[in-house]
Amino acid sequence: MHELLVLSSSLSKLYWVISPQLALHIPDGFLSLPVSLVTWVVAIGLIVMALGQVKSEHQERTVPLMGVCAAFIFAAQMINFPIPGGTSGHLLGGTLAGVLLGPWAGSLVMTVVFIVQGTLFQDGGLTVLGANIFNMGLVGTFGGYYFYKALRSTFGFNSWRGTSVALAIAAWTSVVVASLICAIQLALSGTVSLGIAISAMLTWHVLIGIGEAIITVIAVSYIWQARPDLLYDPPKRSSLPRPLVQR
Amino acid sequence: MANRPHQPQNQAFVLMGLGTALLIAIFLSPFASSDPDGLDRVSQDQGFDKQAQEDTPAKKLPFYAVFEEYGLRGVPAGVATPLAGLIGTLTVLALPGDLESFW
Repeated sequence: MHELLVLSSSLSKLYWVISPQLALHIPDGFLSLPVSLVTWVVAIGLIVMALGQVKSEHQERTVPLMGVCAAFIFAAQMINFPIPGGTSGHLLGGTLAGVLLGPWAGSLVMTVVFIVQGTLFQDGGLTVLGANIFNMGLVGTFGGYYFYKALRSTFGFNSWRGTSVALAIAAWTSVVVASLICAIQLALSGTVSLGIAISAMLTWHVLIGIGEAIITVIAVSYIWQARPDLLYDPPKRSSLPRPLVQR
Repeated sequence: MANRPHQPQNQAFVLMGLGTALLIAIFLSPFASSDPDGLDRVSQDQGFDKQAQEDTPAKKLPFYAVFEEYGLRGVPAGVATPLAGLIGTLTVLALPGDLESFW
């Protein structure tokens, strides 16, 4: 009982240090109508295609994994990690979702996360939801995923070393590219000039991307050890004994 | 069907993943950094943070009566964020399956 009281009082103290966060979540009012509309059209187009694609894949395997992946990314996005300079960042998770589920199912997972954040928790504007889905979701699930796949083929598709290097680079790049695209959207909307937007966004997101890389590598390393067969591109393990394979 | 022999393992994996997500959402969320994050910081530094709409569409939804950002209303401050994390995590867990069967 006493411990509970201590715990709850320390938790309530901690609560006061938490304030609303946007991350890369664009609020209503930052983007012009044309920019919002174009990003909505692109996001909806890709989501409709994704729904069709996932329907034709093996659902009994994919659907429970999609749910658990969405749950993890939602939870992880709540955790802002501090970066030097008095700023913070959190996982976006697009690359992680793509690596686990493939770009199509991964895109649906990210879409669900941003819809719930925007509607239930007022995180990210509803008028700019298309832009948020595109920047923080689709850039990672498509761009991050295909970049990871190309890098993994280069560095060693079936080795953890090659895979982890590919994951780290792709996850970091997806955050930097997402911040660049966000900067361009802000500039096109007349909110801030392009040069300033790009340099200011890059300054922080080259650092935030390191957090994305670390969390993505840790999450996939767990899957790699526990259930590598569940990865969208599982490593091919030879049936020969290990020493022979390595030789 | 080829998957059948692995089904208990699949369940174990899903439960492990969900357990991890819930632990993060409930017990780690109160420790999240309160520093402004990337876009926040840029909007403050460049002076366009005031362009953010105050009366947003999301505040007109019924959920706004339940959650104030990542905090459940009407509960002690110490559990507001963990409970919001719990509810949000379970919501996104259920949604992809619903989306698929609905489509």
